[in-house]
Amino acid sequence: MAKPLDNRAWFLVLPVVALVAFSALIPVMTVVNYSVQDSFGNNEFFWNGTGWFKELLDPSTDLGGRFFDALWRTLLFSAICLLIEVPLGIGVALTLPRRGWGVAASLVLLALPLLIPWNVVGTIWQVFARRDIGLLGAAVNGLGIEYNYAQTPLAAWVTVVAMDVWHWTSLVVLLCYAGLRAIPDAYYQAAKVDGASSWAVFRAIQLPKMQRVLTIAILLRFMDSFMIYTEPFVVTGGGPGNATTFLSIDLVKIALGQFDLGKAAAMSIVYNLIVLTVCWVFFATTTRSQSEAVQ
Amino acid sequence: MSGATLAPAALAETRAPAESGALRAAVPRVVLVLYILFLLVPIYWLVNMSLKTNLEINSGMTLWPQNPTLEHYRRIFTDASWYSGYINSLTYVALNTVISLAVALPAAYAFSRYRFLGDKHLFFWLLSNRMAPPAVFALPFFQLYSAVGLFDTPWAVALAHCLFNIPLAVWILEGFMSGVPREIDEMAAIDGWSFPAFFIRHFLPLVAGGVGVAAFFCFMFSWVELLLARTLTTVNAKPIVATMTRTVSAAGMDWGLLSAAGVLTIIPGAIVIWFVRNHIARGFALGRV
Repeated sequence: MAKPLDNRAWFLVLPVVALVAFSALIPVMTVVNYSVQDSFGNNEFFWNGTGWFKELLDPSTDLGGRFFDALWRTLLFSAICLLIEVPLGIGVALTLPRRGWGVAASLVLLALPLLIPWNVVGTIWQVFARRDIGLLGAAVNGLGIEYNYAQTPLAAWVTVVAMDVWHWTSLVVLLCYAGLRAIPDAYYQAAKVDGASSWAVFRAIQLPKMQRVLTIAILLRFMDSFMIYTEPFVVTGGGPGNATTFLSIDLVKIALGQFDLGKAAAMSIVYNLIVLTVCWVFFATTTRSQSEAVQ
Repeated sequence: MSGATLAPAALAETRAPAESGALRAAVPRVVLVLYILFLLVPIYWLVNMSLKTNLEINSGMTLWPQNPTLEHYRRIFTDASWYSGYINSLTYVALNTVISLAVALPAAYAFSRYRFLGDKHLFFWLLSNRMAPPAVFALPFFQLYSAVGLFDTPWAVALAHCLFNIPLAVWILEGFMSGVPREIDEMAAIDGWSFPAFFIRHFLPLVAGGVGVAAFFCFMFSWVELLLARTLTTVNAKPIVATMTRTVSAAGMDWGLLSAAGVLTIIPGAIVIWFVRNHIARGFALGRV
């Protein structure tokens, strides 16, 4: 049954549009405005046209080189996070009990990292991974492996990735679990009668049923890992050197640290467009597969 | 055999001999327990640190506090610059949750029940705000809220967080509302209920679970956010997360105090999870399972 067409529905949507427009459109206009100007302090602005964008997208310039370095770093980070968190999340979701008291207990414990303020997540890992006071840092160094996230880029990356896995894999687990729970017991009984292996059950029953929630999980995880700021900022501060300076960290440095409004604004726009493009592609494919599923 | 509740494990039992079947049924349990341990150990370490004196923290590694002390907690609860941070945070989180839900409910109803001019584009535009990096908005928000005189008030943070919480609330509620058959709306109209009366008296109770989940998500994303909350406040509305960063940058780390403050920020989240534990799995799927 198709939804009726009624343009009066706009009245119901109006408050949301007004509030979000206030929060989104005015700042976006500000950003666009800055991106085509240069400032020399004292609120003096000069027209710079597309100058910042040209500089930003040309890797041979200072700004462009810096931007592309941070961009590749952020993409690599997102890719590593997705590659670890999605399979791990599916695996853990499959181990969750389907009924009994263990369900609620496991879910509450799993969800715990998701509700910890992001800078506290940073603090937790700082306290946990430092070589002088941290359990992890001391244990790894005790095993004879040199590990100091404040000095070696590799250790910094391992720490930041481990932190993200710790923080966010639960989201994938909970989403997959929601998908798994929607599978009727009859499917499993049928598979049992057919003598299907657990791998066959996974491929033929569980994975297809999880497809929709997995799409949501990948979308959310991509957006949030690509925008990550607080956690690495607290733990490594973007260092050592620039090893963990992701796009958001670089952007805040340029905007609020150096107050280079033009550069920061141009960077914001390009950054935002990248996220939007990826998400639009994702969104288009999910809504298509959803409407196919309904028909 | 407790493993019998796990369908894949039960399958394995039918093929393998009884002994190895029991072994295979235990594997998921072990994996789950190990994973939960991996989640809990860093949190344990934070709690451990918060109960130690700074002398003990700096003088060597101890797996549990040798001289447990509540000194750090006492300091937070008696020092206004610390405990006011918690009050400020909870104020803007509560404001944000109420505003987000109040405007998202009618909008989600419209999206779930009607087609209208530009509905799909509007929906994506709303969601696109959830995707915008907060770093992009930090500076313009600072200028916007300074200009309208809301800077350094809980309202500034609450409204700023609406940017990503309203789209999320609409998305979740739309999922839950689409699960309610449209016949209910039609019957109410035939019975002569006005729309507002029908919506509040009859429709809302049907999507109560969804409202709870949406509130949970608004609470969650507003509570955990730092960048905007820190940018939009200085003194009067300073949130606890910002108070903590101030301590981080201070010379001479007060690890014990920092850990105690961290532990206290975990508690509200834990309480909220406990209330929604039965809806949580469905809610994380945004009502779309």
